[in-house]
Amino acid sequence: MLNDEHVELRKSVEEFAREVVAPVIGDYYERCEFPYDVVRRMGAMGLFGLPVPEEYGGMGGDYFALCLALEELARVDSSVAITLEAAVSLGAMPILRYGTDEQKRRWLPGMAAGEILGAFGLTEPGGGSDVAGGMRTTAALDGGEWVINGSKAFITNSGTDITGVVAVAAITGRREDGRPEISTILVPSGTPGMTVSKKYSKVGWSASDTRELSFTDCRVPEENILGERGRGYAQFLQTLDEGRVAIAAVSVGLAQGCVDESLRYARERRAFGQEIGCYQAIQFKIVDMEARAHTARLAYYHAAERMVAGLPFKKEAAIAKLVASNAAMDNARDATQVFGGYGFMNEFPVGRFYRDAKILEIGEGTSEVQRMLIARELGLPT
Amino acid sequence: MNIVVCVKQVPDTATERKLRSEDKTLDRDAADGVVNELDEYAVEEALRLKEAHGGEVTVLSMGPAKATETIRKALAMGADKAVHLHDDALHGSDALGTSYAVSQALKKIGFDLVILGSESTDARTGMLAAMLAERLGAPQLTLASKVEIEGTAIRVERITDYGYDKVEASLPAVVSVVEKINEPRYPSFKGIMAAKKKPVETLGIADADIAADQVGLANSWSEVVDFAAAPPRAAGTVIKDEGDGGARAAEFLASKKFI
Ligand SMILES: Cc1cc2nc3c(=O)[nH]c(=O)nc-3n(C[C@H](O)[C@H](O)[C@H](O)COP(=O)(O)OP(=O)(O)OC[C@H]3O[C@@H](n4cnc5c(N)ncnc54)[C@H](O)[C@@H]3O)c2cc1C
Ligand SMILES: Cc1cc2nc3c(=O)[nH]c(=O)nc-3n(C[C@H](O)[C@H](O)[C@H](O)COP(=O)(O)OP(=O)(O)OC[C@H]3O[C@@H](n4cnc5c(N)ncnc54)[C@H](O)[C@@H]3O)c2cc1C
Repeated sequence: MLNDEHVELRKSVEEFAREVVAPVIGDYYERCEFPYDVVRRMGAMGLFGLPVPEEYGGMGGDYFALCLALEELARVDSSVAITLEAAVSLGAMPILRYGTDEQKRRWLPGMAAGEILGAFGLTEPGGGSDVAGGMRTTAALDGGEWVINGSKAFITNSGTDITGVVAVAAITGRREDGRPEISTILVPSGTPGMTVSKKYSKVGWSASDTRELSFTDCRVPEENILGERGRGYAQFLQTLDEGRVAIAAVSVGLAQGCVDESLRYARERRAFGQEIGCYQAIQFKIVDMEARAHTARLAYYHAAERMVAGLPFKKEAAIAKLVASNAAMDNARDATQVFGGYGFMNEFPVGRFYRDAKILEIGEGTSEVQRMLIARELGLPT
Repeated sequence: MNIVVCVKQVPDTATERKLRSEDKTLDRDAADGVVNELDEYAVEEALRLKEAHGGEVTVLSMGPAKATETIRKALAMGADKAVHLHDDALHGSDALGTSYAVSQALKKIGFDLVILGSESTDARTGMLAAMLAERLGAPQLTLASKVEIEGTAIRVERITDYGYDKVEASLPAVVSVVEKINEPRYPSFKGIMAAKKKPVETLGIADADIAADQVGLANSWSEVVDFAAAPPRAAGTVIKDEGDGGARAAEFLASKKFI
C-alpha cells in the first residue's frame, strides 16, 4: 500500500522519534511543559508541511504522509504527535482548503515550517459532540470588522509562545430555516479581546498545550473570514472527517508503542525462574495487542487511501477512528499489566501510554459520535 | 566549491554483528546497513558549507550493492549527486586498500574539499582521513569540531584531550569531523522525493583506474588470523551501603587507580 517515499519517510520519522523525542519527552511530560526544542526540530525536518504544497512552503506530500509521521511519533509519544496533528489537520488544512490566496500566503509558510502553530476553536464549554447546537460564540460585522464574543474549551495549541492564529467557529446570523449560520474566522494571536487562559491540568497529553479561550468584543478585519460566510458548519465537518484519520494514526502509533515496549520487557523481566514472555498469559496479551494495532493500521490506511484518491471516506474514517482508539486503549491497559508495578510508574513509557490513551476515544468526535456517523452511513433510521 | 563526502555503510550497532567464517570478513548481509553515524555529521557539514559558500556536494561510498540505501539517505539529506564505488574485486580491502581505491575515485571526481567521519563504527581504525590526505597530497585536518572557509583558506578547531587546537591550511584539503561539530538534519519528505531524481554514478575498479593487485582481501597488508566472540561481561562489584558505603566505594576506586 505504501510507495517507496512513504516507506523512507516513515523510517526517517521513526529515527527522529527514537533519537530526538524518546530521550527527553518523559521530563517534559512530568513537568507539563511544552517541548519547544523538539517541535523546532520537527519543523526543521518538514513534518508540519507534509501535506502543504511546495508553493506555500510545504513538502508537497499528501495526508497519508502526515498520518505515517503521526503514527511513528505516537509510537514514542502522543503529546508531540497531537501537537503536530492539531497544527496541521486542524490549523493549516482549513486555511489550505478554504482560505484566500492572501490568507494562504500569510499563514501557510510559517505553519509549514513549524515556526508558527495554528489551532482550531470549535468546542465550547457547553458542548463538543453537539457542537452546532451548543454553540454560543457569536461574531457580528461592525464597521468592516468582525466583533467576536463567547468562549471556546479544550483548544489544542492555542496558547504556546509560537501560536500564530486560531480559527474560531462562530454564529454569524440566522439562516432562513431558523438554524444558526456558522462561519469560521481567523483570529491572530495577541488580538485584543481574546484571552488565553492558563493551561488545563490534564490526565494525559501533558506535554501538549490545551487551553480555554474567551472573546470579549474581540475585533478582527472583515477579510479574516475563512471561505464563505455561512460555510462554517460544512467546513468543520470536512475538517473533522480528515482529522479522524489522523487521530486513528496517532492511536495506532500508541497501540504499536505498547507492543514495542511489552516485547522488550517480556524478554527481560523474570518471574518464577524464567522470562515472563515464556508464559502464555503474557504471550497472548502481546499477540492480541499486535493484532489490534495491525488491524487498526489497515483501517486507517484504507481511509487515508480513499481520502487521498478523492473518494468518499466518511464511513471509513469513522470506523478507523473508532477501532484505532479502542485498540490504543486496550493495548495501553494490557501493556501496563505486562509491566506490573513498573507500568504504574510515570518514568516508564507505558505509564505515559496509559494516561494518553483515553482521550483518543473522546477528541475529534467521541466513540459514540463515530457510531452515530457509521449508523447514519449505513442508512439506519434516525 | 566542490565538496565530496565519504560515507560508509556499516551494520546497525543496535543489532548483532558477525564475521563470516569462510573469509573472516564482516558479514554485511547479516545486519541492517545504516549510514556510519559520524558520516551523517560529515554530510551535514558539507551541506552547511554549501549553503554558506555555494557549490556542489557529492557523496562517495565504497561498498556492496546495498550501500545504495546509504547513498540514498545522504542524497535525501540534501547532497546533489553520488558516486558508488562498487566492484567485487574490492571486497575485503583493508584500510590501505580502501584508502587507495577511494583516493583514485576522488581523483576522478575532483574536489576542493573532502569530508569524512573521524571513525567508522565497524572497523573503527580511524585511519582513512590521514591515509587519503597522504595519497592525495592534500593537507589533513582531522577531528574537526568546527570548520570555517574563507577564500581558499580553511580553518578548523581540532579537538584534543584538553580543548582544541586551531589548525589552518589551504584548499584542496581533507577534513574529518567529530560529533560535536553540528546537529545532522533528518531527511524531509521533499528531500526523499528529490533524492529519487539525483544522479548516482557507479564506478568499477577499471572506471576509477584502480589497479586490481592493490585491493581486495588477497592484497591486504593486514590479515585477520583468527577471531572469537567477545566474552560476556563479568558481573560488576556491588557495594551495599551499610554505613561504610562511601569509604568502600572509595577503596574500590583506589584499588583500580581511579583516585
Ligand atoms: C485534550 C483535549 C484536546 C482537545 N482539542 C480540541 C481542539 O483543538 N479543538 C476543538 O474544537 N476541540 C478540542 N477538544 C474537544 C473535544 O473534541 C471534545 O471534548 C469532544 O468532542 C467531546 O465533547 P464534550 O467534551 O463536550 O463532550 P459531550 O459532547 O458533552 O459528551 C459527553 C458524553 O455524551 C456522549 N454523547 C453526546 N451526545 C450523544 C448522543 N447523541 N448519543 C450518545 N452519546 C452521546 C458523548 O459521546 C460523551 O460520552 C479537545 C479535548 C481535549 C480533552
Ligand atoms: C571488524 C573489522 C575490523 C577491521 N580491522 C582492520 C584493521 O585492523 N586494519 C585494516 O587495515 N583494516 C581493517 N578492517 C577493514 C576496514 O573495514 C576497511 O579498511 C575500511 O574501509 C576502512 O577502515 P575504517 O572503517 O576503520 O575507516 P575509518 O578510518 O574508521 O573511517 C573514517 C571515515 O572514512 C570514511 N570511510 C571509511 N570507509 C569508507 C568506504 N568504504 N567508503 C567511503 N568512505 C569510507 C567514512 O567517512 C568514515 O567515517 C576491518 C574491518 C572490520 C569489519
